[in-house]
Amino acid sequence: MSVSAAARPRRRRSIRRGWIGWLFVAPFGIVFLVFLVAPLAYAFYLSLFSKGLATGTVFSGAGNYVKAFTDPEFLSGLWFVLRFAVVLIPLQMAVSLAAALVLDSLTTRLSRFSRLAIFVPYAIPAVIGTLMWGFLYSPVFGPLTGIFGAINQSAPDILSADNIFGGLLNVVVWQWAGYYMIIIYAALQGIDPSIYEAARIDGATPRQIAFRVKIPMISSAMVLILVFALIGTLQFFTEPQVLKPIANGAITASFTPNIYAYNLAFQFSQFNYASTISFALGIVVFIAVYIFLFSTRKRRGGFSS
Amino acid sequence: MTTATSIPAGTMRRPKARRNITAHIFLVALIVYFLLPLWWLVVASTKDPQGLFTGTGGALWFDKNFNLIANLQELFTYKGGIYLKWLGNSALYSLVGGVGATVLAVLAGYGFAKYRFKGRDLSFAILLGSVMVPLTALVIPTFMLMSQLHLTNTIWAVILPSLLSPFGVYLMRVYAADAIPDELLDAARVDGSGEFRTFLRVALPLMRPAVVTVLLLSVVGTWNNYFLPLAVLSDQNLYPVTVGLGGWQALAASNNGGGTSLYTLIVVGSLVSIIPLIIAFLSLQKYWQGGLSLGALK
Repeated sequence: MSVSAAARPRRRRSIRRGWIGWLFVAPFGIVFLVFLVAPLAYAFYLSLFSKGLATGTVFSGAGNYVKAFTDPEFLSGLWFVLRFAVVLIPLQMAVSLAAALVLDSLTTRLSRFSRLAIFVPYAIPAVIGTLMWGFLYSPVFGPLTGIFGAINQSAPDILSADNIFGGLLNVVVWQWAGYYMIIIYAALQGIDPSIYEAARIDGATPRQIAFRVKIPMISSAMVLILVFALIGTLQFFTEPQVLKPIANGAITASFTPNIYAYNLAFQFSQFNYASTISFALGIVVFIAVYIFLFSTRKRRGGFSS
Repeated sequence: MTTATSIPAGTMRRPKARRNITAHIFLVALIVYFLLPLWWLVVASTKDPQGLFTGTGGALWFDKNFNLIANLQELFTYKGGIYLKWLGNSALYSLVGGVGATVLAVLAGYGFAKYRFKGRDLSFAILLGSVMVPLTALVIPTFMLMSQLHLTNTIWAVILPSLLSPFGVYLMRVYAADAIPDELLDAARVDGSGEFRTFLRVALPLMRPAVVTVLLLSVVGTWNNYFLPLAVLSDQNLYPVTVGLGGWQALAASNNGGGTSLYTLIVVGSLVSIIPLIIAFLSLQKYWQGGLSLGALK
């Protein structure tokens, strides 16, 4: 019993400190409750009701969700962002990984400069980045007409319904590849160089070192990035919304789920259904991220504590 | 390359040199791609409306008329200087929101890392789960909550939601757990330092690189935000620069012919709006380059 007697004062002190621990966490906790938990709860509450001209606001239970998941507009937006994620994420990963691997193997002035140049788009708001690319795509302002004119070809219209997918893809890769590249680069720099030396002595070529040593060692950084890219892509809003006025009809009112929710709320004042779409999108993102984390078998991934 | 000297120079050096040339060509291609829109923006900012549409030098080179100063003058005086107001709003929202988010994240991250308290592991697990909540899915619910409280169309509707940064808390916790030795905190306590004073005097200085990173990320996040202010603000005088320029572009596109001079303002306005953040990133390089990787290394 002498052990517990000795432990008691210590335990009491840790309880006192525990109370202080809550004090440090509390300010964030309040913001978390008010601006994350409360909106989610409120959206969920609103999504359980529907408003009709004749009926007024009535409780409809899961009715709005049944409507959402059979609504061709919502489903086509969802289908678009899923397709976009499937093409974008590997592409973006390839660009940022290739850049990071090359930068990691060089220490020249050019490599330092290009590290900054590749990263700069991250510091530029998505709205401005999209505006710039919109101008560059434009047959009036952009260089394409001139370039294709020089070889007597007509320039492709990137802002048409057929090509807008690629146009958006380019904007997003341009905007985010640098950020991902920096994270991968930092992870690569954190690897002990003696491991490369050992691989080299074992006869590994630089290519083998890159694919067999470097990439496996930064896999947790890659999982983190992929999760971020997935979350970001599924809630796609800014880029298509900004391109909309100049992409004659290629970007519809339900182009992505978020654009659809925005238009439902602010064009058609269907706040209950807009909440349903927001909440349904949140559920889809959650499921997609968990499927992804599960399939990479790195459930502790980048988020272990 | 001390080991290379023991190997005959001819067999080793040539493939390496060739590899370096390929690598550098790749880098130059990347530089051109990533800087091309910026180059276009700089060039286009110097053109008058006429030059922007039918310039003599093509889209990627300067026109014969250098009109940058006049464009800037028009930008800053258009509609009573509303652009400057937008720029000021962006600065206000991102500084107050960013500093606030950082303070909350530092406190919470330190609390999670250095104290044991009831419910700590559960609340941290909830926090990690919340990193996966798509923040834009919260915009419309937040708007509706705000309108219940009559807060829409005020600066608080943008600033208050910007205080939320679960990822910032995560970064701070990871960093604080490694960078602050428990022994140091215990030593301060033995010396009679209070808990908050220990935090300010002992812990905070050790957390500086992570603090700068989280600050930069949250300032940039708020400065770049578009969906939230677009949804919660309707008064043009409260717009941040992103929403303002987006509005100009929609306006210019809708009245094709009449919007020509507006295009010049959009271009030069875009250029001016990105300068502050580019300067911030370049001058704070040594902090964020290490800091950004914090979450990834664990």
